Amino acid sequence: MTMNAISRSQVYVLDQDEALDFYVGKLGLEVHTDQDLGFMRWLTVNLPGDRQREILLEKPGPPSLDPATAEQVRELLTKGAAGGFLFMTTDDAHKTYEDLVAKGVDITDEPMERPYGTDFGIRDPFGNKIRIGQMSVQP
Amino acid sequence: MSRAVEQTNRAMLRARDAMDRAYAQPLDIPTLARIAYVSEAHFIRTFRATFGETPHRYLQRRRVERAMYLLLHTEQDVTEVCHAVGFGSLGTFSRTFRQIVGESPTDYRKRRTAPAAPVPGCFTKAWKRPSSFG
Repeated sequence: MTMNAISRSQVYVLDQDEALDFYVGKLGLEVHTDQDLGFMRWLTVNLPGDRQREILLEKPGPPSLDPATAEQVRELLTKGAAGGFLFMTTDDAHKTYEDLVAKGVDITDEPMERPYGTDFGIRDPFGNKIRIGQMSVQP
Repeated sequence: MSRAVEQTNRAMLRARDAMDRAYAQPLDIPTLARIAYVSEAHFIRTFRATFGETPHRYLQRRRVERAMYLLLHTEQDVTEVCHAVGFGSLGTFSRTFRQIVGESPTDYRKRRTAPAAPVPGCFTKAWKRPSSFG
């Protein structure tokens, strides 16, 4: 028995509609599933052409979390300390960077040449970190 | 009340991100306070309450971390490194570097070698920054 893929990851977001504006409207991801399950809104996105890997955009709150804990998650998230971290690859780091700057995305690191490629850092509207790289070394 | 805290956190984070991004530029407190949409005194107080150190100290550590990187990974001399990371004078740079790292930039370069495994810049930025938290 061998596990063979990472198919779904999760980050917390403060507002799922605002998350869509960012992840779909600015980053260019696609909605994979947007379904009201009653107890929660199951909202996942994927990179175009890669429906095997989803990111769940989950809103912290009751009944999953008690209200006080949800508040703590929100506070940590907005401090950039909630742990949500996404790495994405691109075939042109500088062009992607210019595109995102033009769209007003928060940049945390300018593009930098590194031994593994060229990458830069951005932040989503809630505090999650995202790193976008053009990799020269394939693992 | 809590929504106000979140807004404040994001404003402080935005200013801290600006220091991470534009560390080499002359980022003074008025500039950073404007990014966070608050007064200067309020900015310093709130930043410290949010992240545990003053914005000035955070920026110093960010710059020194970049200087440590350049000293290990490039051939630039100490004066070039000093200016490349945003310090205006070599004296201030050397004093700050020694205060934070515990040795001079030249000694640091002599005694260290570059780490073997390159990890993404965001992690080296956060984890290799010299600590002021003890």
